[in-house]
Amino acid sequence: MPHLSLTVNGRSWRGDVPEGTRLLDLLRDQIGLNGAKLGCGEGQCGSCTVLVDGRAVAACTAPAASAAQKAIVTVEGLSEDGRLHPVQQAFIDAQAFQCGFCTPGMIVGAVALLARNASPTDSEIKGALDGHICRCGTYPRIVEAVRAAGAAMARGRRG
Amino acid sequence: MTLVGRPVPHESARGHVTGEALYTDDLLGRLPGLLHAWPVLAPHAHARLVRLDVSAATNEPGVLTVLTGDDVRGEGDTGPTRHDEPLFPAEVMFHRQPVAWALADTLEGARRGAARVVAEYEELPAILTIQDAIAGESFLTPPLRLARGDLGVMTTSALRFEGELSIGGQEHFYLETQSALAWIDETGGVVVQSSTQHPSETQEIVARVLGLARHQVTVECLRMGGAFGGKETQANTWAAIAALGAAKTGRPVRVRLTRALDMSLTGKRHPYLARYVAGFSATGELEAVRLWLWSDGGWSLDLSEPIMWRSLFHCDNAYHLPAVEAIGRVCRTHKTSQTAFRGFGGPQAMVVIEEVMTQAAHRLGLPPHVVRERNFYRESDTTQYGQTVEGADRLRTIWSTLGETSAFERRRAQVDAFNRAHLHVKRGLAITPAKFGISFTAAFYNQGSALVLVYRDGSVQVNHGGTEMGQGLFTKIRQIAADSLGVPAEWIRLMPTRTDKVPNTSATAASAGTDLNGAAVDDACRQIAGRLSAVAAGHLDCDPSAVRFAGGVVSARGRSIPFADLCESAYRERVPLFAQGFYRTPDIHFDPAAGRGRPFHYFAYGAAVSEVEVDGFTGAYRFLRTDILQDVGESISPVIDRGQVEGGFVQGVGWLTLEELLWDDRGRLATGGASTYKLPSWTEVPEVFHVDFLPRAAQPGVISGSKAVGEPPLMLAISVREALRDAVKSFSTGSNSPPVTFDSPATPERIFFAIQEVRLRNRPTTRTPTAPATGLARLNAADRAGFVAALGWVFEGSPWVAERVWSQRPFTSLEALHTSMVSEVARASREEQLQLLCAHPDLGERARAMSDASLDEQAGAGLGGLSPEGHRGLQELNAEYRRKFGFPFLYAVKGSTPDQILEALVRRLPRSGDEEFAEALAQVSRIARFRLEEGV
Repeated sequence: MPHLSLTVNGRSWRGDVPEGTRLLDLLRDQIGLNGAKLGCGEGQCGSCTVLVDGRAVAACTAPAASAAQKAIVTVEGLSEDGRLHPVQQAFIDAQAFQCGFCTPGMIVGAVALLARNASPTDSEIKGALDGHICRCGTYPRIVEAVRAAGAAMARGRRG
Repeated sequence: MTLVGRPVPHESARGHVTGEALYTDDLLGRLPGLLHAWPVLAPHAHARLVRLDVSAATNEPGVLTVLTGDDVRGEGDTGPTRHDEPLFPAEVMFHRQPVAWALADTLEGARRGAARVVAEYEELPAILTIQDAIAGESFLTPPLRLARGDLGVMTTSALRFEGELSIGGQEHFYLETQSALAWIDETGGVVVQSSTQHPSETQEIVARVLGLARHQVTVECLRMGGAFGGKETQANTWAAIAALGAAKTGRPVRVRLTRALDMSLTGKRHPYLARYVAGFSATGELEAVRLWLWSDGGWSLDLSEPIMWRSLFHCDNAYHLPAVEAIGRVCRTHKTSQTAFRGFGGPQAMVVIEEVMTQAAHRLGLPPHVVRERNFYRESDTTQYGQTVEGADRLRTIWSTLGETSAFERRRAQVDAFNRAHLHVKRGLAITPAKFGISFTAAFYNQGSALVLVYRDGSVQVNHGGTEMGQGLFTKIRQIAADSLGVPAEWIRLMPTRTDKVPNTSATAASAGTDLNGAAVDDACRQIAGRLSAVAAGHLDCDPSAVRFAGGVVSARGRSIPFADLCESAYRERVPLFAQGFYRTPDIHFDPAAGRGRPFHYFAYGAAVSEVEVDGFTGAYRFLRTDILQDVGESISPVIDRGQVEGGFVQGVGWLTLEELLWDDRGRLATGGASTYKLPSWTEVPEVFHVDFLPRAAQPGVISGSKAVGEPPLMLAISVREALRDAVKSFSTGSNSPPVTFDSPATPERIFFAIQEVRLRNRPTTRTPTAPATGLARLNAADRAGFVAALGWVFEGSPWVAERVWSQRPFTSLEALHTSMVSEVARASREEQLQLLCAHPDLGERARAMSDASLDEQAGAGLGGLSPEGHRGLQELNAEYRRKFGFPFLYAVKGSTPDQILEALVRRLPRSGDEEFAEALAQVSRIARFRLEEGV
C-alpha cells in the first residue's frame, strides 16, 4: 500500500493509502474530515471542493496520490480559533444556503476565487463558481455573500 | 420582542459554513466494524431471474456475505402503500434493479463481491413509454376522474380546439444521495440513521422486512442534503437493506448510493402525456374542457395515485372551469418507480391548463394575459371537486399589483418594439398565476406531533415529527417555540427527528411541515407555559392570566421572575415541565368515489412575470427578468420564505427548460449523471430577479397566520415556458400567426424546432380550400372592391380591416377569415385601433352615426326596454367609462340581458386603461364574429 504524506489544514498527515483512493475518500474516511461532500462523483457539482496548494480541486475525481507533499485546506481549516473566515461569516449573513450540502465546497471555491481576485464582479463570481451546483437554488444569495466577503476582506486589509 | 416574522439566522447556520453540520453518511467513522453494501444489478428492463449463485462472491477477500431473499425473515417487500415492491425480485422490472446485495469491509470489496455473483435472466418484452403502456393496457390504477357541468356546451363554443402535450419528468438530484446506516444496539433493537423525509414509514418498512414489531426499530434523521419529495418513500429500501445486513451479520451496515446508482434506481417526477379538447367563447371565456392525463408511474405504484389525484385537483390552476371532465390514469412501465417531487402532480396539470389558455388566446387573437384573467376564479366560486375557493381575491390583487410593479404593459410594448427591430433575436414576455392547495389529500396524514422538554435551568429541547431538508423547518419551529415560551432562540435546542421521541408521524411533505409540526410544538409549549403561569401567579401574586412570558423573563403587574428560576420552582412544586403537542388540520375531507370534498385547508396564491430572449439561429435563450409576487401569509421567517420562492422557481425553470430525462430503447437511463443531466445553475437565475410577498396577508386558522411556501413557487416557472412561447411566436413573419406549441422541457433544441415550424407555416399557402361555404366561395373569388363592399361593415366604421385581409384569400372557413381579420386589427397601430373603438356607438344611446347592424344588436339585447332608472344608470356609467378610457364601453351584447351588461360595466370600470383597451378590442372581435356568422 503506497505511503503518503501531506499537510491538511496546517497539520501534517502521513499514512498508508490503498491504491486508487480518491482524495475525497482519504479526507473523509481516513482523516475523518466530513466537510467536503460527495455529490456527483464526476467533478461536476463542486460539493467536494478543497484547496490543494491554494487551488480549488474536485476531491471526488482527484487521486489521493496527487496530493502527496501538498498542502490541503478543507472547509474545516478556514476558521481560526473559532473565528470564522470572512467568507463563512458572509454566507451566514446572507443566509446563502438551504440544505447546506453544497455549502462547504461553495465556500472553499469562493475562498480560492477571492485569493486571486480580491474584488470580483458578479459575473466573475458566477464564472468562477460555475462548476458548483446548488440544487436548492440559492444562487442569488451566494453571489451576494461572495461579494460581501470580498468587501469585508478588503476592509480587513486596509484596517 | 417576538422572533416570529423576523429574519433570524438559520438554526444550523454555523454548522453549515464550518462543515460541522452532519448528514447521515458523515457518521460512518463512528461505527467500528462497518460493512459496506453494493447491489447486484440486473442488465435488463424486464426479465425473469432464472438463476442466482452467490458462492463465488463470498470467496472474494473482505466479502462477508451476500444478501438475498433467503435472508428475509419478515415480508420482503418495501411498497409503501400497495405491497408491490419485492426487495429481492424474481421478476426484474426495470433496468439495473438490484437482485442481491454484497456486504464487505470496504466499498471496493463489496463492488467486487457483487461482480462475482452469477445471475442469469430470461429477458422479457419491456414497456418503456406511456404510449406503449396505453396500447398494451398496462396500468397501475383505474382511471381517476373529476367532473362537473355539461360538456355539451362545447359543441356551440365559438372556439373549439384540441391538442396533445408531452411533459418530461425530473430527477431530484438532491445533492446528498440516498443513504442509510443501521446497527443493532445494546438492547438488541435495530437503529437506523436514514436520510428520509418520513422516519415513521422507514421504521414501518424496516420492521416489516425484519419481521419485527415497530417498537424494536428506531429511525433517526439528522437532516437531509436536499430531498424535494425524493426521500418521502424512496429512502425506505436502502434503510431496509442496511437493517437486513445488520440483523444478519450483527455489524453496522452502510448503504449509500453513488450518484449513478441513485439516478438509475430511484424514482423521479412523473413524465405525463396530456390530451385536451377545449371550448372558449370568442372573448376568451373558457366554456368547457376535457382533459386526459397519463402519467408514467414506472414499475410500482409508490405514490403515483395521490399524485394523479393532485393533478386532477390542479388541472384548473387559477381558473374557473364551468364544465370539465378530467381523467387521469397511471401507466405501468419498466422504469424506476416515479414518486413525489415538489408539487406532487400539480405542476404537470397546471402546465396543461396554461397551454390551453395560451392556445385559446393565440387562436382568438387575444393577449394571453387577458384570457387568463378573464377566467380567474371569483371569491365563492367552487372548484371542479366542490371546494369553495377562499381567497380568490388575493389572486386578483396579486395579478394587478404585479402587473403594475413589473410594468407589464410598458414592457409588453418594449418587447414588441424590440421584436420589430430584430429579425433573428426575439424577446418574449408572459405573466402566469399559480394557485396551490395545501394539505395532504389523504386526510389522515394531516396531523402533527411534538414533544417539548423544559429543563430546570430553563433550557428547552424540542422534538417534533418533521424533518429538515433545507426548507428551514427547524428554524421556524425554533422561532415558534421561543415565542411561545418567551425565551431567546438560543435556549431552544431542536433535536434530530427520531421515531422514539415522536411516534406515528407523517412525512415532511406537501409543504405542510410548519403548518402541522409548528402548530403541534406551539400546542406543547402553550401547555407548559400554562402550567408555569399558575406557578408564576403564586410568586408574583397575580392571576395566572396576567402572566407574560418574554425575553427569558416571566412578569405580571410590574414584577418579574427569570424563566429559569420559575422552571426550578415549578420542578420543586412538582409541576411537569414537559408536554406532548398535537395538531390536526380541521375541516378537510374528500370522497374519491364522488369526486367531491374539501381536500385543502387553504390555497396558496402567486404570480410571476418573466421576460426571455431567444436566438433564432440556435434556439438558445436567456432569462432576462422575473418578478414574483407570492402569498406566504404572515411569514414566520421572511429570509427562509424568500429563499424557498427563489429556489423553487429556479428548480421549476430547470424542470421546464433544461432538465431532460432520456431513456434508450432498452430502458436504460441515458441521462444518468451530472455530466449528461443538465441542472439549473448560475445562468438559469434571471438576470433581474424580484421577489415580493403579498402584504397584510395573514391566513386564518394557520400557525402564526403563515402559509405554506415549499411547493407553490415552483409552478411560477410556467411563466418562463410561456415567455419562451411568446418569443417563438414573434418569429412568425407571415400574416397568419399560428398557435405555437412545444413539448416540455423547452430545451434549446425544442425551441429551435418550434421557431422553424413557425417560420415554415407562415409561407404563403397554395393549397386550395376544400368544400368552402357558398358565401365564402364568393368572397374568395371576389376582387378587392367587391370583398370590401361585402365585409367592410364587419368592423364598425373600419373597412380597412377587410381591405387588408383580401390578399390572404382563400379562406378555408369562417373561423379562418375571422382569425385573419382579428390578427389584422391586432397588428394595426394604436391610433387605428382607437378609431375602430370610437366608431362604435354608446350603448343604449340612439347615436346618430350608429350603423344599422349596431341598432339591431342593441335591440336584440332589449336595451330599448330598459326602465328609465336603468337607462339613466347605464348612461351615467357609460359616460364615466368614456371619460376614464377615452372610448365607448363595448360589449358584444347579443344574447345578453341588460342586467348582464350593467354588471359588466360595473366590473370593468375599475380596470386599467391598457387592460380595458385590450378588452374592448376583444369585444369588437366577438361582435365581428357574430356579424360574420350572420352576414356570410
